[in-house]
Amino acid sequence: MKRNDLNRTSFIDWFLGNDGAISFAVVILGFIFGTIIVLLVGKNPINMYKSLLYSMIGRARSNGGWNFRYIGETLNYSIPFVLCGFAMAFAYRVGLFNVGGEGQYIMGMTAAQTVALLLPPFPGQWVVCLLAAIMAGAIWGGIVGLLKARFKVSEVVATIMLNYIALYLSRLICLQHPGATTYNTAALPATSKLAKFLIPSSNLNIGFFFMLAAVFIYWFVMEKTKAGFAFRATGYNQDAARCSGIPVVRSISVSMAVAGAFAGLAGALVLLGGAYPKGRIIVSMDNYGFNGMAVALVGNCRAIGTLLAGLLFGVMKQSQSLMQDMDIPKEITYIIQGLIVVFIALRAGLQLVREYRAKRIVASKVASV
Amino acid sequence: MNMILSMIPTILMIVSPILITAIGGMICERSGVVNIALEGLMAIGACTAASCHYFLELAGWGQAGAWLSLLIGAIVATLFSTIHAVAAIDLKADQTISGTGLNLLSDGVTIFAAQILFRADRTKEFRVGMLSDRIGLYPTAYIALAVVLVAWYVLYKTPFGMHLRACGEHPAAADSVGINVRVIRYAGVLTSGFLAGLAGGCCVLTQTIQYTSNTINGRGFIALAAVAFGRWTPLGVTGAAFLFGAAQAMSVIATNFAFLKRLPSEIFNILPYAVTLIALIAFSGREFAPRSSGKPYDKGAS
Repeated sequence: MKRNDLNRTSFIDWFLGNDGAISFAVVILGFIFGTIIVLLVGKNPINMYKSLLYSMIGRARSNGGWNFRYIGETLNYSIPFVLCGFAMAFAYRVGLFNVGGEGQYIMGMTAAQTVALLLPPFPGQWVVCLLAAIMAGAIWGGIVGLLKARFKVSEVVATIMLNYIALYLSRLICLQHPGATTYNTAALPATSKLAKFLIPSSNLNIGFFFMLAAVFIYWFVMEKTKAGFAFRATGYNQDAARCSGIPVVRSISVSMAVAGAFAGLAGALVLLGGAYPKGRIIVSMDNYGFNGMAVALVGNCRAIGTLLAGLLFGVMKQSQSLMQDMDIPKEITYIIQGLIVVFIALRAGLQLVREYRAKRIVASKVASV
Repeated sequence: MNMILSMIPTILMIVSPILITAIGGMICERSGVVNIALEGLMAIGACTAASCHYFLELAGWGQAGAWLSLLIGAIVATLFSTIHAVAAIDLKADQTISGTGLNLLSDGVTIFAAQILFRADRTKEFRVGMLSDRIGLYPTAYIALAVVLVAWYVLYKTPFGMHLRACGEHPAAADSVGINVRVIRYAGVLTSGFLAGLAGGCCVLTQTIQYTSNTINGRGFIALAAVAFGRWTPLGVTGAAFLFGAAQAMSVIATNFAFLKRLPSEIFNILPYAVTLIALIAFSGREFAPRSSGKPYDKGAS
């Protein structure tokens, strides 16, 4: 009896101390609530899970055979989610809240499109497109970092403003591109498109490897380099970091620029690798940047965590079309994603539980003496 | 001159929802809680009001239905904002995360509801929204005026308002003289939820005929900027909301002027956001924000 009690206690302690386990529980909780909502409106939640499963393993809905295109699309969708996740995560580890992933993503996409359409086609053009996108994203993020570090402007408000400025600036620029109509421009040259691989029926392209490279770079810079240590130290306690000789102002500016670079790359990869034969003139936001915040928070802003969360979001995005076919409104995936972020906020309450438990342990020790 | 006069109703129509939301956001921040979910709460209010008004119109309620829809939208948004209140006040959560969560959630909830109710990704069109009066003003303009006046009176002329401001500046001091910080902050968050929902309804019932995912389109974020730009005072926030609203109205109004017409409308779309950003830089270095805004109050900690 007593032994049993002890086991249970240690499990709770393990759970409370393990961010990964808590994230997992938060995701499960999001799905449970999502299921309840689906039930409440009189739909069959089995269809929701079927759609998710089919997107994950590539099973065709109609004939019971296989359709590996689903897997390709799922992986392709996860690329911008993971990269925008890093846009949030990189800044978050330095103690900044980057709501501006969306704007940085848009600027990256716009830069890539400008290079693709205005330069004459040449082999390897896509490399220049990606570099331009990374630069554009870095500048868009770096502005915020600079404003924050120099003028103490709230990065939350500044990035929100820059999101909308980016949206309309992108329209201004793209409407000047050759062949611009209301929604798109002339066809993107083949030299600017990213090569497909593995599953030719889908849009899966070599952008996937850039995403994997980003996972490695993020992990390496954050956990293994001196700069990464300076970033994390700034995030833990700015004043302490400053007192130990860490250049806080530079950390903040640079981190926002790096964050923006990740999102900018995402914008280019979506445009050049995705299903867009023509250049885009966006009328509203793609929301990858906003969802990237959720991805990073679910992944605890760690490299592998963000990768896994991004893959999950990719599955959810791909499953949307299947859900519509199976009479489940696809917006349930947005609801689940929103719920997950709300639960992440609510998990701050676990700190209260930790404190309560610590108090009780002390109390019991005092009593036993 | 006549032309400028004739623009006033348009400007007021666009300013009113922003102003109402911004006043709510200001009250919330003065009580010590940052609410970046204003955008999502407006969406909830707008979607609810548009759906209610559609059904009430079918039932023959007419204008009374529009008013009732406004109220229902505001109440639903208030209920929604309790999530933020619980997270921010009771659980001491990161207020930006919980606000972001609500924004994402409202994106899904509103369109999901439309899918269930109307089998489309938008609500069904109602025929007549709110009607304007003899001089061309919508009732929403008067609602906005009333909200500003009441907010000013309550914040500066009543004990409750003083308690609320104290909780935003120095909650520990407020607590020590017997003010219940938790109750006051709940009042702040729920008020902002109510007003944002009301504003969402105002927006959808005067400017359009149905709710779509583009109806709110950043107005909540503009309101958030107006709070900062207006330095957290009713008068300042009103001025800021007018500035931003006028900038937005410019894209509508510009069609009346030959020289403005040639400019791309995107220029006018960028204006409010660019102005806010510049203002934030210009006002930097001086502290206008409530000192404890965004910081959870921990009673036990010293």
